[in-house]
Amino acid sequence: MERSIIIAGFGGQGVILAGKILAQAGMDHGLEVTWLPSYGPEMRGGTANCTIVLSDELVGSPIVDEATALIAMNLPSLDKFEHALASGATIVVNRSLIDCLVRRDDVKASYIDMNEIARDIVGNPRTINMVALGAYVKATGALPLQAVKDAMAHSMREAGKGKFVEMNERALDAGYNAA
Amino acid sequence: MGERLLLRGNEVIAEAAIRAGCQCYFAYPITPQAELLEHMANNMPRLGRTFIQAESELAAISMVYGAAGAGVRTMTSSSSPGISLKQEGISYLAGANLPCVIVNVVRGGPGLGNIAPSQCDYFQATKGGGHGDYRLIVLGPSTVPEAGELTMLAFELADQYRIPVMILADGLLGQMMEPVELPDPIDPASLPAKEWATTGAKGRAPNIILSFEMDPEGLKQINDDLQAKYRTITKNEVRYEQTDTDDADIVIAAYGTIGRICKSVVRMARAEGIKVGLFRPITLWPFPTEPLKALSERVDTILSVEMSAGQMWEDVRLAVAERAKTPFYGETGGIVPTPRSILNEVKKHVR
Repeated sequence: MERSIIIAGFGGQGVILAGKILAQAGMDHGLEVTWLPSYGPEMRGGTANCTIVLSDELVGSPIVDEATALIAMNLPSLDKFEHALASGATIVVNRSLIDCLVRRDDVKASYIDMNEIARDIVGNPRTINMVALGAYVKATGALPLQAVKDAMAHSMREAGKGKFVEMNERALDAGYNAA
Repeated sequence: MGERLLLRGNEVIAEAAIRAGCQCYFAYPITPQAELLEHMANNMPRLGRTFIQAESELAAISMVYGAAGAGVRTMTSSSSPGISLKQEGISYLAGANLPCVIVNVVRGGPGLGNIAPSQCDYFQATKGGGHGDYRLIVLGPSTVPEAGELTMLAFELADQYRIPVMILADGLLGQMMEPVELPDPIDPASLPAKEWATTGAKGRAPNIILSFEMDPEGLKQINDDLQAKYRTITKNEVRYEQTDTDDADIVIAAYGTIGRICKSVVRMARAEGIKVGLFRPITLWPFPTEPLKALSERVDTILSVEMSAGQMWEDVRLAVAERAKTPFYGETGGIVPTPRSILNEVKKHVR
């Protein structure tokens, strides 16, 4: 089985890090993975995205024609990638910044108030990427939530940001519970 | 081999070079290979080795010439426009029979181009980008783990044949992350001594390293020796991978990033009942001419796919020599062909 996930949003929303954590969680869970970032000038303030492939067998292409999931953190991301999904795919929509519905009727949409959840429930707006990832895990069942928590903690500690682990765990939980 | 790590291609090439015993690294920054230089900056001084961010690409490749002449394992890296600037030095390194490793994380061209992945430097790498009758060994990794393995191999081949070896990667391979088990490090002190190196002529006759010979007969002899070496390398060092070619009606020829993408194409095509195989050159020079020739005797079509206007395609056609049809599909400008776009091309050529 092969899953492919596009995570897209504004630069600064943490989509690149969320993707790395998802890929790390997949690898630690025994899967083959690839993580491919957009690395163009959009990194400086525009839109950013990355594509993650999680698979039982060695990954051929790290770029995908039809992803099995999209995490759309803002409206341009939904507009850009909605057509790039397989039939039956899951879209996790950041309802805080996207005030329209998904147009396709052959995909499954999960609408999450990511900004409000991060700000009001978790207590830090910068945790929206982990809110998004928690919601993705619940909506797709791609990996156990604990695997993602472990990968997040590993990543935070490696970057010398161990004090943020607890807050980001709560963000993953909050996203998971909202989906 | 150790634990599985999730690392970028650029980081893995850098770390593999360190583990191969690279003592001196010189480079000038450029996207999309910046992480390679950063990894060397973070680690070479810590290990007591030499890292210099040179004032230019010309300076960096000239420093490589000096370090290689002194007998240590040495490397430089850049991306397309920077590699163009290094060509004079690469020709000198080839002419002086100096071992070194040069990494090109290729981006879109020509000119300043862009920073997106491309395979548009194949001609430059495999046909001699600088002046003179010379060759580099050119290795084309297709995955992050293979980038590490081929970097280790590059240092071995460079020393064995006293030749510059190029790793021809691309921006996608440099930027992407994939699980990798890093090879065990080699202790530079354990490597065989290089009797020809300019290490200080104490108690022996001086060694002279030059790529200069005014006498035509003398320069002819140097060229004859180079060509003899290239024939030996062509005989011994061809590397390639075949996937599902045994019963294939059509075979895709692709290297590097496109080579791995085409593994997905083979799976997709076979799921639809189309018998597709993949021929993936790993050494781009020496090109796997003979195995491809053998393959062309039993398949109808060999479809070359590249992120270029058709450069490896010329070597494919030379090998196949009209024994099979040799169509081409490529994208330029930094556009990466997707599995479905390649599959659509395949379908145009099957009955």
